[in-house]
Amino acid sequence: MDARQKAMFDYCIAFGDDSLTLGHRLSEWCSNGPFLEEDLALTNVALDFIGRARMFYAHAAEVEGEGRDEDDYAYLRDCREYRNFLLHELPNGDFAFTMARQLMVDVFDVGFFGQLAGSKDPDLAAIGAKALKESRYHLRRSEDWIRRLGDGTDESHRRVQDAFEQLWGYAAELFEMPAAEQHLADAGIAVDRAALKPGWTATMQNVLQEATLEVPAGGWSIGGGRDGMHTEHLGYLLAEMQFLQRAYPGLTW
Amino acid sequence: MKQQNLPLFEVFVRSKRGLDHRHVGSLHAEDPAQALEYARDVYLRRSEGVSIWVVRSSDITASQESDVEMFCDPMDDKPYRHATHFNLPKEVDNM
Repeated sequence: MDARQKAMFDYCIAFGDDSLTLGHRLSEWCSNGPFLEEDLALTNVALDFIGRARMFYAHAAEVEGEGRDEDDYAYLRDCREYRNFLLHELPNGDFAFTMARQLMVDVFDVGFFGQLAGSKDPDLAAIGAKALKESRYHLRRSEDWIRRLGDGTDESHRRVQDAFEQLWGYAAELFEMPAAEQHLADAGIAVDRAALKPGWTATMQNVLQEATLEVPAGGWSIGGGRDGMHTEHLGYLLAEMQFLQRAYPGLTW
Repeated sequence: MKQQNLPLFEVFVRSKRGLDHRHVGSLHAEDPAQALEYARDVYLRRSEGVSIWVVRSSDITASQESDVEMFCDPMDDKPYRHATHFNLPKEVDNM
C-alpha cells in the first residue's frame, strides 16, 4: 500500500470500528430493554451499526488487497489495533446514559454521513447515503427519548443530566482531524470533521434546551481512540465479542 | 414511566399502494408519535408496507359477544338478501 492507500485503509477501519463497537454495545440491550417495543427498536439500531461496520471493513479489505475480510478485522485484532472513538466503546450505563450517548453519536452521524455521501470515492459515497437514511431515523428516536427523559420525572431528568455531564468531554475527539485524514479531506474523499463541530454544538444545545437540560460546562476532554489508546472497557468488550473465534479459530456454523 | 401504564395501540399497515390498511397487531407506547416509531421497528423492517396507521385501542368501539345475534346474523331466512338468490342472465360473465 502506498501512503494514500494506507490513509484510505485506516479511514475505513476507524469508522468501521466506531460502528462495530457501538453496534455491539447496543446489542447488549437485547432482552434487557425497558420494555419489549424499545428492546426491538434498540436492537434494530444495533443491526444498522453492525451493517455499517461490514461495509467499511469490506471497503478496507478491497483497498488492502491482502485477502483479509470483515471477520479478520472484527475478530482478530486486539485493543491497540482498534481505532474507534472512546465515546462508542463506553459501557451502556443506565438507559438514560445509553440514549444520551446515542444522541451525541446520531447528531454527529447525520452531519458526517451527509457529507460522506458526496465523497469522490464512490464506495464511501454509497456507504454515506445508506447510513444517512438510517441515522436520520436513529436521531429522531434519540431526540425523542432525551426530550421525554429530560422533561419527564425528577429521576429521569437527574439521570439524563448526569449522563451528559459524564459524556461531554468525549465529544472533542469526534472533531479532531489527524494529518493523513486531512489530506483525504482535501482531496474530496474524507469528511472534514472539524467543520462539523459548530453544527453539532448548535443541534445539541437546541435538543438539550427543549429537554429542559443544562448544556454541560465541559472544561475537560479525553481522546486517543484514533491512535489506539482506549479505555479499559474495550478489552472486556472484545473479549466477549471475539471469544469464539479466538478459542476455535476459523469456526463457522 | 411504568411499563404497565403504557397505553395499548393497534397497528394498521398498507402493504401496497392501492390496497387497504390491514390490522397487523398491537403494541405499547407512551403516545401516538412513539407508537408510530415502534410500529416501524416491530412490524415494518422487511418491506411489509408503505404506510402505517396507529390508533389507541381504547378509541376503538367493538361489538360484543352479546351483539352477535343482532349484528352478525347471516339472515339465512331471507335468501333474497344474498346475491346468490338471483339467477343472472347468460350475458353477464363475471359477477
